[in-house]
Amino acid sequence: MSAVPALSPRGLAWLRALTGQEGLAVTGPRTVRVADAPLGAETARYIAVVPDAGNRFPRARQGEVGVDEAWALASHVRATVAADQGVRARPIVALVDVTSQAYGRREELLGIHLAAAAAVDAYASARLAGHPVIALLVGKAISGGFLCHGYQANRILALNSPEVLLHAMSKQAAARVTRRTVEELECLGERIVPMAYDVHSFARLGLVHKLIEGINADAPVGADVERVRAELIAAIADARGGSRDLGQRLRSPAAQETRAASIEVRRRLSEQWHAS
Amino acid sequence: MSGVAGSRQRFLGRRSYIELLARERARAVLDAGTFRELLGPFDGLKSPWLPLQGVVAQADDGVVIARGLIDGKAAVVAAVEGRYQGGSIGEVCGSKIAGALELALRDCERGSPVRPVLLLETGGVRLQEANLGLAVIAEIQAAIIALRRHVPVVAVVAGIVGCYGGMSLAAALCSTLIMTRQARLGMNGPEVIEQEAGIAELDAGDRALIWSLMGGEQRYATGLADALLEDDVDEIAAEVRRAFANPPGPARSEQVERFAERLARVDVALPPSPRALRDVWRREGGA
Repeated sequence: MSAVPALSPRGLAWLRALTGQEGLAVTGPRTVRVADAPLGAETARYIAVVPDAGNRFPRARQGEVGVDEAWALASHVRATVAADQGVRARPIVALVDVTSQAYGRREELLGIHLAAAAAVDAYASARLAGHPVIALLVGKAISGGFLCHGYQANRILALNSPEVLLHAMSKQAAARVTRRTVEELECLGERIVPMAYDVHSFARLGLVHKLIEGINADAPVGADVERVRAELIAAIADARGGSRDLGQRLRSPAAQETRAASIEVRRRLSEQWHAS
Repeated sequence: MSGVAGSRQRFLGRRSYIELLARERARAVLDAGTFRELLGPFDGLKSPWLPLQGVVAQADDGVVIARGLIDGKAAVVAAVEGRYQGGSIGEVCGSKIAGALELALRDCERGSPVRPVLLLETGGVRLQEANLGLAVIAEIQAAIIALRRHVPVVAVVAGIVGCYGGMSLAAALCSTLIMTRQARLGMNGPEVIEQEAGIAELDAGDRALIWSLMGGEQRYATGLADALLEDDVDEIAAEVRRAFANPPGPARSEQVERFAERLARVDVALPPSPRALRDVWRREGGA
């Protein structure tokens, strides 16, 4: 059994700091919070996934994205796109602190893969419809949880904080599945960039638009919040000025170095695409 | 021909699709004689990360990309080799899939449609390439969603690895999803659920239970797959053609209200058995 990590309130803390609201929706789970708030000269929609010890799905009580959370994300994002038809597409900010996807028998029975796909689909469709979608990593961004909530963003911002963790699987689970110790995994991460969990290594993959330094991630107040707002505004402007696909991730200097293989694959595929 | 003799003839005439390697699977869904592989083994694009961890890197990184024709129309097939590293998605093989879909999208936008087919046999992210595996899966998902607006994207999960992790989401994003009885589809593999939640949650060794939850028959009977086929090369190739000939409506992952309503019909605290769920989520007409 996995150890029970402390409930991480960071998503909620940042939602409160940036919007002054709790974000509880009239319908839907308490774990998905949505609030509109001014950001620069416009209004942004903020979305966070938060833990709830009373979640009706027991496997989704610690900040995981489960069946209800994924469908709720899809629903809120699609409602945003529908509401902005014919007007300027407002920015959508995903506040990311997600433990993972929910692992459970009833989740699989009920098709969590489709619920998660619907969340991915909604965020990507919003991006394609011209909404600047910004992911702000304030805590964990693990595996399927991150795919559902943040990974389809035009731009990924991250607080430079030791608790901002990224991976395909939680450390404990990855250690069990690969029959290594957590310490061995950490050593591997020091040598092999994509195996690391820290946000610096993640940024070396070219996936982070901006690493925001010197912010107290647990207690967002005052000047820190204003600085994050300014970074959000800058990222939104950058997204509006760029393409609506994810191609920018491969154009960053970090990607040129660390993701050389991703770039080379695309270059040679393009050469061979049409028969000579 | 009488029934028994006829079915015997059909059985003997059947060619197993599941037994085929990825390259032959790709060849089998393209029109005869049109298969042309891109970034084949001789291009030598291997995983840069596996040798650092003492794992031998295969020359095609476990994914075959092939251009060709389907019913005379330009097509591209991406086939994952389930026999290499469990069909896991790393940087190179995942970029092959994403890159192929991005080029198909470019052609579609220029008015030259390309029919994309994904033959998925994968456990999801390759743990040795962790964050990069996840990153390329997000890119594959993005490409499917963009491409689907121009042309149906067709996925086949034949078995026996199945389709898991972030790639199960990719399968669910496709316009048409074809499965066999041997195939499984789920976000989390049984072993991972047992590791994470304990054997009381799920016994990964209970094959009957696993297939009752995630097998092709269950997914089809509950409206989560579009076709349930026998393990037969000709049937699968014909179904892929049908998917392009009769373009489907919106993908399941776009139909949020419909699926939320279906979920509302289930008592989550006392979930039904897989068999009983089939009555609750009976296949709706054509859906």
